Amino acid sequence: MYFDSFEAFLAMGKHAAYVWSAYGLGLLILSLNVILPMLNKRKVVAKQQARLRREHNKKRATSQ
Amino acid sequence: MWTWFHKLSSPKWFYQISGRWLPWIACAAVLFLTAGLIMALAYAPADYQQGNSFRIMYIHVPSAILAQSCYMMMAVAGGIVLIWRIKLAEMALKCIAPFGASITFLALVTGGIWGYPTWGTWWVWDARGTSMLILLFLYFGVIALQSAISTASGAARAGSLLALVGLVNIPIIKYSVEWWNTLHQPATFKLTEKPSMPVEMWSPLLVMVIAFYLVFGVVLILRLRNEILEREHKTNWVRKLIETPIESSTTSVEKTSATKRGA
Repeated sequence: MYFDSFEAFLAMGKHAAYVWSAYGLGLLILSLNVILPMLNKRKVVAKQQARLRREHNKKRATSQ
Repeated sequence: MWTWFHKLSSPKWFYQISGRWLPWIACAAVLFLTAGLIMALAYAPADYQQGNSFRIMYIHVPSAILAQSCYMMMAVAGGIVLIWRIKLAEMALKCIAPFGASITFLALVTGGIWGYPTWGTWWVWDARGTSMLILLFLYFGVIALQSAISTASGAARAGSLLALVGLVNIPIIKYSVEWWNTLHQPATFKLTEKPSMPVEMWSPLLVMVIAFYLVFGVVLILRLRNEILEREHKTNWVRKLIETPIESSTTSVEKTSATKRGA
């Protein structure tokens, strides 16, 4: 461990604002990159299911 | 060899195999990222000149490396699209671009954040910074082409051309610090030489670089799987995947692919 105390760790010498904003932005960008496609998957699947249902209904309608 | 090439490029095969790989790559990514962050923030000693602001390097350098290798991978996918017209490569081109753009943006911004306490300025038109900015615009160009052209394969071919033309920028970025004597310092690490920093300083960087590549792997697989479901929606296997238990969408897809694997 390089720092003597947790306060020193948070203070990062005099560079707290620079260090923490860079790491914060880094984690934000990485996690957004993972989360967005995961959310998108739900949308994609729902869209395809709606399409399948429509086709199914159409088929039933024409066969009746 | 050609049958192998063909199998590898089949969206169905990729969808199934990537489902099996994904949890492992994701676990490794979390592991490496956590270890890298702890090493970088708490264990690496402060630089004797820059103090603690040098810790920004552990975000800046991995993102800059990944920004460039993402671009090269995108260009390779582009080459495959133009020569063999393989669908999976078209999808890869489309899926790499947004990640590449975001990671280039990260490299540029962290460069600014690091530059301010070190050089006294957020941004100068130095050769390295400017060529990275051009890289960002190249990514934007590929993304814009994907949404501007309505047919998927047409968009992919246009994007491939741009990706391949933009490839000239990669050696410019690499050698910019040697060709032009501007603000950015030359590379600290070379494959051919022993690093000039102590091991406690460069080992977190190595771990972070691996972590960034693993996160890229996770994102690429997630995006490709969505893209496959979208573009292959007329095939029987996607229909079957989507059809079964309609109530909870994401879990049902996982389940059916799991049972398929068992079968």
